[in-house]
Amino acid sequence: MQKMAIWKAKQWLSRSFSSMPSNPLRVCVVGSGPAGFYTAEKMLKVQQQAQVDIIDRLPTPFGLVRSGVAPDHPETKIVINQFSRVAQHERCSFFGTVTLGSSISLSELRELYHVVVLAYGAESDRSLGIPGENLKGIHSAREFVWWYNGHPDGRNLDPDLKSTDTAVILGQGNVALDVARILLRPTTELATTDIASHALSALEESSIRKVYLVGRRGPAQAACTAKELREILGLRNLDISIQEPDLILTPDVEEGLTSNRIQRRVYELLSKAATSRPKNDAGLSKRQLHFVFFRKPDSFIESKDRHGHASGVYFEKTVLKGVGPGKQIAIGTGEFEVINCGLVLKSIGYKSIPVDGLPFDHKKGIVPNDRGRVLSDTSGDSILEEGLYVCGWLKRGPTGIVATNLHCAEETVSSISEDLEKGVLSSSSPKPGRDGLLQLLNDRNVRVVSFSDWEKIDSEERKLGSSRNKPREKLATWDELQKYTL
Amino acid sequence: MLISRVAKLGACLAKHLPTRNYAAMSRLPYIQRTTNHHMQPPLSFTKLYNGPMIKKHNLFSTVTANNTSEEGSEQKEAISVTFVDKDGEENHIKVPIGMSMLEAAHENDIELEGACEGSLACSTCHVIVMDVEYYNKLEDATDEENDMLDLAFGLSETSRLGCQVIAKPELDGIRLAIPAATRNFAVDGYVPKPH
Repeated sequence: MQKMAIWKAKQWLSRSFSSMPSNPLRVCVVGSGPAGFYTAEKMLKVQQQAQVDIIDRLPTPFGLVRSGVAPDHPETKIVINQFSRVAQHERCSFFGTVTLGSSISLSELRELYHVVVLAYGAESDRSLGIPGENLKGIHSAREFVWWYNGHPDGRNLDPDLKSTDTAVILGQGNVALDVARILLRPTTELATTDIASHALSALEESSIRKVYLVGRRGPAQAACTAKELREILGLRNLDISIQEPDLILTPDVEEGLTSNRIQRRVYELLSKAATSRPKNDAGLSKRQLHFVFFRKPDSFIESKDRHGHASGVYFEKTVLKGVGPGKQIAIGTGEFEVINCGLVLKSIGYKSIPVDGLPFDHKKGIVPNDRGRVLSDTSGDSILEEGLYVCGWLKRGPTGIVATNLHCAEETVSSISEDLEKGVLSSSSPKPGRDGLLQLLNDRNVRVVSFSDWEKIDSEERKLGSSRNKPREKLATWDELQKYTL
Repeated sequence: MLISRVAKLGACLAKHLPTRNYAAMSRLPYIQRTTNHHMQPPLSFTKLYNGPMIKKHNLFSTVTANNTSEEGSEQKEAISVTFVDKDGEENHIKVPIGMSMLEAAHENDIELEGACEGSLACSTCHVIVMDVEYYNKLEDATDEENDMLDLAFGLSETSRLGCQVIAKPELDGIRLAIPAATRNFAVDGYVPKPH
């Protein structure tokens, strides 16, 4: 096995020697999601002498395009074609199952490469910090998304969808809409997507018929986009409920909507849905989606019958308070209300996790940076961490769409180019780069998954999928994934 | 250059073929172009269109010309389009009637992203129509296109998605700007939203 790894390493090396300038700019990108791949693509284009290695803790590339984008959004995943071409570029390599912080430390990586770009995103969750948050039946939306998308770390979530008919989703962003849609969409429609088979089986047996999407603020402040909203409003066999009084706007908010196209169009869609009569095709299995505005979660209620399980959420009603032009926050009114439910999904935002030796702004949940250049601390006159850069959610927080990373990567790469021109960043002394990385990982018995190993997983998944009329059947456990790369 | 010319011809001809072939045929040049874009060895033309296919193309090209004249139409087979890139540099290209601006840009090595390859699931092929008269000649954007434009960087009053602007004779002379994304970067999606 080791022999094989060394042989492969040699292959990579000979390939790189044949096409590389004698002293290439060694670049390592940590994370192979959209931020990582767009960074690699821009880097290869702008710096002709750059050799770019992308490392990822998973054996599978593409980050949230694989484990975040909903299974019923195949068009959004087409960008994988573009990323695959980047990975196959002669000056680029992908190394999976390499974890920053355990396989290799940040300081070791910075020794090996001229440039290290951290693009590993946000793999944790913000918490509400309210009583009862650890009760059973309460999950973060991220965990639920990983579960239905076949992320190997989401396999054991096993959410209970059979003991209740009601789910409460906290948050009204696109992730909240995704999880609501997966819970409500007819499973016959999900069956032909690349949804994980364990999730499909659980959803087929699900007893959930009623989903509440709860936001602290109003329909004019909802964080979702029109595309996702239009889609869920148009689901088959679904009744939509929105309280019309919630749609009343203060002059201040109305004024703000005229200059915010996204929120205006979202508000218009919600208004239209609130006033249109429910279709009279009600069957017994009809499902319900309730948009609930102006409610702030106060605490979770423990079930009397099932010890340790959640049976509802206690909400405080809110009103808006203007805190600047076009900006409103939710203020509690002291009036409370309960929504009973057996499942709660918290969709209130992702959170990045720092690694050893990385400056981190815990308040903002990002790495302090100047247009992608990592700063040593958050104070005003902080110094640059030479050769260390960030891109994506780690740089700007967990918001935006796939394409946001395109511009984010352009910015980081142009900062790198500027630093090279100004001499702030030097590439004149040779660094070991890929050679050194593979040597070090080999010494530590870390088995590296190459892009061609991933292609084996990919073709196996497609093969399994085609027999079930799905575009792919994801290998959803570490064991299975490893089996096909051997 | 030759490849590009022949590919263009292929796409132009494709629209005269039965509809079921259209998607497959017009798709090819696009895939080929994006591959080149990433500096891989270009696929040879014969790999994409096998030998007999090329002969067919050549035959068809005369047929096409005849058809147009038979219909008595004065319509041009291709229109002039100018792309103005992020640095203000102009690219003048000819675009066959029926081809999208996204495909046309890729065939001519013009840097216009196309993350979802024209399936109306992203906003990366955003272009700004530089003259309102031309903008008004376009079909109105669908709700689905507007949903995507919501998320485009540097959105303007005359923004469209390149994949939805299809060459037609009235658009001859249209000028399209590719927005300088970084300029507007701090405006949207930058600050984490408070919940």
